[in-house]
Amino acid sequence: MITLAEGLRLPTNWLDYTILALYFAVVLGIGLAARRSVRTSLDFFLSGRALPAWVTGLAFVAANLGATEILGMAANGAQYGAYTVHWYWIGAIPAMVFLGLVMMPFYYGSKVRSVPEFLLHRFGPSSHLLSSVIFAVSSVLIAGVNLYAMAIVLQALLGWPQWVAIVVAGFFVLAYITIGGLTSAIYNEVLQFFVILAALIPLTIVGLKRVGGWGGLTDSLTAAHGDAFLSAWKGTGIGEANPLGANWLTIVLGLGFVMSFGYWTTNFAEVQRALSAKNLSAARRTPLIAAFPKIFIPLVVVVPGLIAVVMEPALGKGDPAKGGLQYNDAIPVLMRDLLPNGVLGIAVTGLLAAFMAGMAANVSSFNTVFTNDIWGAYLKKGRSDGYYLTTGRVVTAIGVLIGMGTAFIASSFSNIMNYLQTLFSFFNVPLFVVFIIGMFWKRTSAAAGFWGLLSGTVAAMVNYFWLYKQGIIAIPSEQGANFVSSIVAFVVGALVMVAVTLVTEPRPAASLAGLVYGTAAPGGPDGAAELQAAGDDAWYRKPAVLGWGAVALAALCYIPFSF
Amino acid sequence: MSDHDHQHRTGEPAPESATAARLFDVRRIIGGLFVVYGVIVTLAGFTASDADLAKAQGININLWTGLGMLALGLFFLVWLKLRPAVPPTAAELDEAAPTGTSDGSAH
Repeated sequence: MITLAEGLRLPTNWLDYTILALYFAVVLGIGLAARRSVRTSLDFFLSGRALPAWVTGLAFVAANLGATEILGMAANGAQYGAYTVHWYWIGAIPAMVFLGLVMMPFYYGSKVRSVPEFLLHRFGPSSHLLSSVIFAVSSVLIAGVNLYAMAIVLQALLGWPQWVAIVVAGFFVLAYITIGGLTSAIYNEVLQFFVILAALIPLTIVGLKRVGGWGGLTDSLTAAHGDAFLSAWKGTGIGEANPLGANWLTIVLGLGFVMSFGYWTTNFAEVQRALSAKNLSAARRTPLIAAFPKIFIPLVVVVPGLIAVVMEPALGKGDPAKGGLQYNDAIPVLMRDLLPNGVLGIAVTGLLAAFMAGMAANVSSFNTVFTNDIWGAYLKKGRSDGYYLTTGRVVTAIGVLIGMGTAFIASSFSNIMNYLQTLFSFFNVPLFVVFIIGMFWKRTSAAAGFWGLLSGTVAAMVNYFWLYKQGIIAIPSEQGANFVSSIVAFVVGALVMVAVTLVTEPRPAASLAGLVYGTAAPGGPDGAAELQAAGDDAWYRKPAVLGWGAVALAALCYIPFSF
Repeated sequence: MSDHDHQHRTGEPAPESATAARLFDVRRIIGGLFVVYGVIVTLAGFTASDADLAKAQGININLWTGLGMLALGLFFLVWLKLRPAVPPTAAELDEAAPTGTSDGSAH
């Protein structure tokens, strides 16, 4: 059996456990209390669409700042250096802004409850069913990654064997989601966002002091890894070598456009947060408000990864079978070496809460899609609301159980972020092609949606398993391969869609109202101006100001890492 | 089938959810938890051992983190005090539930 980080134990004491117990008492208490106000399936799945924008915005970024993100992006920082900032400034911000400014009116305005449901309205049942199934598969695979990340923390905390940690963590999540549904999941997300920051900020400060400040950190890293390790773009010319194994073209197109737009605009765990907002204006602002914290998260996630590789040069080099440290261990190692009891408890609580947030997001979106889009739509139509609510709870249990199984797949990757990004290139990118073409090209036919989705998914898998894994084309790193898979999926999906559309009948224009760019939503002039609350016209609430402000800020952040 | 569940979402009694909205205002929960955490961690900072200080590179990290958390917690509680949550109006409930009737607007 693989026993990761056997030597890594956190020196926790009663103080830390008090802090941890307090947190879960509060969160489960909310869940229990909220349960009384959860009566309909819409309440359970979308929190009744009643939350203000700043709550859904923080929940949006927190759903992304799960344990996988924290452990994984720190692992990326330790493995690839400052190139990791690309996942934030080019690989997240533009896509989040696009979601808020361009796509949200279609999602929120069409009153869909899930991303596949949008495809149902736009393309009809075949694309809907295919995307629902793909989505369900990808959710449980990603839930497995979350469970595995949680198991790493539990192992380091309690010294439990990995499989015990995975099973116990799984049952805990199950209890938690079943008790409260999405409402308490969103509370937990907002709460854990602050707790994890309260842990990561001190961790970064103490860590920087340990390695001699930013100057000391850069000197040590330059000496050990060369100066490209601390730049975002150095060595990314086509044909040049760099730690990331990708060139500027694959970074900009693969990560910045295809992969990131695919993730942020079609990942239901994210989009669902915006759909819980109280009106369209709040829904549009959700990803835009989330973009600002997202810009600064690398400071407390990637920087600790860099610190960890200076403090523990053996990171990622050891043999995991013998308890050697992996890149995934970067943050736990720093917690062990730098944090005294007290803040250590906050850090452990933050990580466990972040795990809960990520896992709950995956499982709740899995059960929304499975219950509404597969079970309710094709297998058991027209039952009572109570029936679907019960189905939702049962499906949650099944989702968690499958997640326990897929956690063992995740445990075979030294850097979980590599694995996650591979999954995104398979599942999110083809969905994005179908969305973007379907939203902007009125003629796109029903058959084009189905075949575009299928061919894109297959193309990404062919590129990864056959062309890359079998060594038919040479790509220097796993991440580089993911970028290429994404581009391949996008191009193949798009070509197939165009070809199929040209030989099939378009859908009648009347059925596309509010679903395609330039058509009026039923009930509003352009689907964007309606549904505003009083005060939403203040300048700081204007989506365009928020959105372009975030893009400009992200571009500015690149300057110190570009020369 | 997509409209199916919407039709069942009618006649929600709003007063109860409005009370719930006030009770579960996320600011109250963040504020409360952070004040408690702030006190605990600040106290751990006051009683920090030399080993704790050495581990955190000479910074009394518990003290500073505790004070920071306390300040954030108080900020949320003050915000809640100054701008209490407004229960959703009948119009907003209708927006959220387009097929719902407005008999939930009894408050």
